[in-house]
Amino acid sequence: MPEPAAESPPTRLCSATQAAQNGPMGSYFDEMWDDGESLRAPYREFGAWFEGEDPARLRAKQREADDLFRLMGITFNVYGRAEAEERLIPFDIIPRIISAREWQKLCRGIEQRVRAINAFLHDIYHRQEIVRAGRVPEAMIARNEAFLPKMIGVNPPGGVYTHIVGIDLVRTGPDEFYVLEDNARTPSGVSYMLENRETMLQMFPELFSQTRVRPVSGYPRHLQRSLAACAPPATTGPPCVAVLTPGIYNSAYFEHAFLADKMGVELVEGHDLRVVDGRVAMRTTQGYRPIDVLYRRVDDEFIDPLNFNPESALGVPGIMDVYRAGGITLANAPGTGIADDKAIYSYMPDIVEFYTGEKAILQNVPTWRCSEPEALAYVLDHLPELVVKEVHGSGGYGMLIGPAATKKDLREFERKLRARPGNYIAQPTLSLSTVPIFSRAGLAPRHVDLRPFVLVSPEGMEITPGGLTRVALKKGSLVVNSSQGGGTKDTWVLEE
Amino acid sequence: MRLKISHLTRYDYDEAVPYGLQQLRLTPKSTRAQEVTAWATHIEGGKKELSFEDHHRNVVELVSFEPGTSTLIVRSEGEVELTDTAGVVGPHAGFTPLWLFLRSTPLTRAGPGVREIVRSVEGEGEIDRLHDLSAKIRGRIAYETGVSHPGWTAEDAVEAGHGVCQDHAHVFLAAARAMGYPARYVSGYLMMNDRVSQEAGHAWAEAHVDGLGWAGFDVSNGISPDTRYVRVATGLDYAEAAPVSGHRFGSGGETLSVSLDVAQQ
Repeated sequence: MPEPAAESPPTRLCSATQAAQNGPMGSYFDEMWDDGESLRAPYREFGAWFEGEDPARLRAKQREADDLFRLMGITFNVYGRAEAEERLIPFDIIPRIISAREWQKLCRGIEQRVRAINAFLHDIYHRQEIVRAGRVPEAMIARNEAFLPKMIGVNPPGGVYTHIVGIDLVRTGPDEFYVLEDNARTPSGVSYMLENRETMLQMFPELFSQTRVRPVSGYPRHLQRSLAACAPPATTGPPCVAVLTPGIYNSAYFEHAFLADKMGVELVEGHDLRVVDGRVAMRTTQGYRPIDVLYRRVDDEFIDPLNFNPESALGVPGIMDVYRAGGITLANAPGTGIADDKAIYSYMPDIVEFYTGEKAILQNVPTWRCSEPEALAYVLDHLPELVVKEVHGSGGYGMLIGPAATKKDLREFERKLRARPGNYIAQPTLSLSTVPIFSRAGLAPRHVDLRPFVLVSPEGMEITPGGLTRVALKKGSLVVNSSQGGGTKDTWVLEE
Repeated sequence: MRLKISHLTRYDYDEAVPYGLQQLRLTPKSTRAQEVTAWATHIEGGKKELSFEDHHRNVVELVSFEPGTSTLIVRSEGEVELTDTAGVVGPHAGFTPLWLFLRSTPLTRAGPGVREIVRSVEGEGEIDRLHDLSAKIRGRIAYETGVSHPGWTAEDAVEAGHGVCQDHAHVFLAAARAMGYPARYVSGYLMMNDRVSQEAGHAWAEAHVDGLGWAGFDVSNGISPDTRYVRVATGLDYAEAAPVSGHRFGSGGETLSVSLDVAQQ
């Protein structure tokens, strides 16, 4: 990489160095500023543009963006206006920029990992070779609530179990990325990726004419194509794809509606569907029409009251039977949670190696499984330095961030760990990279993560160049989850 | 021995059913001990939508109600040629791992009553111990029809001290699993020697013994299945192996009547 031109950052900007003087952020890798002095290569064009902008105009633009999102939020939540406010996730106008070279390397790692996840799922629901080989302990599967016996022996079309995957990544250095979590069930957030870009294009069209940013707008088209390519044997004619939502009270309803709309397919609820002539069919004005591929955003437990939770009113009775008989493709397949479980996560390097024959390109965060007595002892001794997570938890709930925890929090977690050690894993507190946000005082570094979205079909894998960058808006905070005060940024992958 | 079976299940509903589905597990498969030479299921008041093999390798047929019907009749008929294998079904087959059969279910949870029975089990070899378990259960829970409830758990039956074949099987499963044996529920048919018309389908249990494979234990009759037993479906408990399990819309009660003929050819 060429040395950046010697230029001093404009005084009105708050560089990483300046931030370091104000807070504890200095030891973190900043993606915009090299040594807090000069712009890193991917940010040069943007930095030059930013320098020429009037902060007052940008502040107005930031407010405009907030209004746009509020408007969209309300549009999407017409039935639940009261909830619209709390669902609004703050958007920051400073993009997160990734170079073509960085992206290429990430893609190789993501592709390898997703390939391994699908191979693992096939194996776990068939011969369980990885257990026989002693690479994953039997108890990790046998005692795992995410293992779904009704998936045993199922061969989904093309061998694809997880059609839509979100891999959560964090960065700790120029070339250091870690996978924080795999999302193989129903990863959400892709609508933010699309809306964030749409908003940036509307507000700053000039930015996109001077910087060549790879588009993300093809995602819905690719999703539709990818799903259609997984049509089941029973399909006759062009595959019919639909999106199944739990309904308007679901927190991700707007995303379900948004994706169905962008793909040009029907958005359906359980009560719109029934078994007709051995297929799952939706009610239309011309009678029942069979669905070939259902992008379902209803969890396994609720998808079929005949086969799973009998109390569920969100699902379709018998859909699992139709699925097993080859009459419909469910995306993602039921039972994929066994691959993204936090306890299984710690075996991912082995899983990747077992199925691909290669070393994992993307690193895993070192993980202590508290179910193991030695690991538990270590974790209890080092609680203030560690992050402790629930094995089945998500959304940043029920986790402990040691360095930020109070004595009371630590004591409470120690008690929880001793009571149910198998319910927890622990990881070192990572030095998450920072990207500046546009704050009242100018640019201020904040920690970020990245969720790229991957589409899998028998025809191959497609990784949208970009993804969802989540940013911890609170100074010094390492929790990026929207439920915990996180925001989002547009994510740019530059053309070569 | 060759058995001819005719099994009729009839549901009468107080009100017409607008929509509903029934899963049927009524088709026996050929094994070492039984060769199914002819079998068919006929439906009245409904329609066969599809069939598939579930994770216990049961043939499952999904039947939808004819819209507005108030009667559903399911008739299964066929012939099975039986060979005596001393109750041994054979090695475990299929993708379902043996450890799954160690899982307790809501119907087969081992509580204090089941654990007490487990503690009383005696015998040298594994088979002896399992036969002793079967005898201890029968000694503790008298076979009595019409007094137990179909929703009873294993513990409920131990507490009550009486039950039917389903209860015996559930207690056996709970106890065998507590003893470390993979175990499964079997729903099927038994030809009682003195009659053609049988009261109902039968249920027993199978335990997996290393080196031997799956072996059957009919607690209610104190024996291992012989050539009078036709094995139809298996599962972790009754709920997974039930001949008919359904889901329907509409309120109102239902009346179930079953007629079953098992006769030697």
